[in-house]
Amino acid sequence: MPTTRGFFGKRRPDRPDRLPPGQYDTGSGWPTLTAEATPNLDVEKWSMSVDGLVAQPQSWSWRELHALPGSTYFGDIHCVTTWSKFDTTFTGVSVDTLLEAAGPLPEAKFVMAHSTTGYTTNLPLDDLTGGKAWVVWEFDGKPLAKGHGGPVRLLVPHLYFWKSAKWITRLELMDRDRPGFWEQNGYHDRGDPWLEQRYQGDP
Amino acid sequence: MAAPAGGWTTGTIIELDHPTDRLVRLRLHVEDRVDHLPGQHYVVRLRAPDGYTAQRSYSVGSDPDDPLLELMVECLPGGEVSGFLHDVAEVGDVLELRGPIGGWFVWEGDVPAVCVAGGSGVVPIVAMTRYARRLGLQDKLKVVVVARTWEDLPYAAELERYGAFIALTRENHGDRVAAPPYPSEVESYVAGAERAYVCGSVGFASYATRLLEDVGLASDTIRVEQFGETS
Repeated sequence: MPTTRGFFGKRRPDRPDRLPPGQYDTGSGWPTLTAEATPNLDVEKWSMSVDGLVAQPQSWSWRELHALPGSTYFGDIHCVTTWSKFDTTFTGVSVDTLLEAAGPLPEAKFVMAHSTTGYTTNLPLDDLTGGKAWVVWEFDGKPLAKGHGGPVRLLVPHLYFWKSAKWITRLELMDRDRPGFWEQNGYHDRGDPWLEQRYQGDP
Repeated sequence: MAAPAGGWTTGTIIELDHPTDRLVRLRLHVEDRVDHLPGQHYVVRLRAPDGYTAQRSYSVGSDPDDPLLELMVECLPGGEVSGFLHDVAEVGDVLELRGPIGGWFVWEGDVPAVCVAGGSGVVPIVAMTRYARRLGLQDKLKVVVVARTWEDLPYAAELERYGAFIALTRENHGDRVAAPPYPSEVESYVAGAERAYVCGSVGFASYATRLLEDVGLASDTIRVEQFGETS
């Protein structure tokens, strides 16, 4: 593509190797993007379950989840709307811990993440294992704010952030991929920011 | 049904004007255009000589029937793309575009709906009203818009002609005193709606969602498009 006449760009990241293509550093800001009304989630009534193609479907209450070994992510997050945020800290529990308890069956290849609102997003199972994904309730040492998915959300920081479903309540293991909410609406099934997999059809 | 989606293409700026100091209106001829649905958006990508790119999404303001694609862009403080479009872009320039995109925040005239938009959040709603007017569907699309001042409201006169309820929060408008919309003012616009479209800044979107819930809309009928930052 030719260059845009008169455009030189204002911001260059200090560490360009850290910013995926087409992204900008949002600095201390954290935009919120939500397709639905923000729910008032009652943690006493909430539970986190792992089911579908697993040996032992599991469900944890808010307290039971907090009693599991904790895990913290420190690093960057990337939103498909082109902002990236560096050096975030999220604390919760590793998705590995949840999956180990449930025992994925060999045919399980994909996961549908379900939110209390009915929001869904699909991911390859491999993207949720190996220390790459968390269920989190703290951001920078404080309870996760409601607008950012509080009290509890999925965190899959190596993929675009719509995969990190807010108000997560269920991981459903599947043998075939099935499009979630944004994926039915034109967004990519995997969403790797380094490959710029923003929309359906992106290689 | 899947909404139409288009890949990367280019668009030539055919018309460009500044309706107010903070707004720039671009009308583009898009190569191999895929017609959008009212409410969809496009990505504009700028490319510097060293290969650096910056891209942002903008809602489409035009009716799908319009031969040109219309974007109304608010100039944000320090905005890399909006600042360029505001200060540098001119008629004849070619921009990289991708669209249409998005299949959630669209209205095809199928269900009675109410829109509540704030400030530059009115742009996708304007596309819906233009579509409704062309097809004679105005009764199925009611509009409530909120802005600080008349000057801050893109398409203000057009929205008023459409029959939108306009609430200005910093200046009086006709005999209406400056104030956010009261539930009693919006009730008649919400009556009969089976779906709501809320568009605006983060703070506005949560305000508008509460307002709609207060006048009896179920939260699962509300579709939200929000933009801007919180820190």
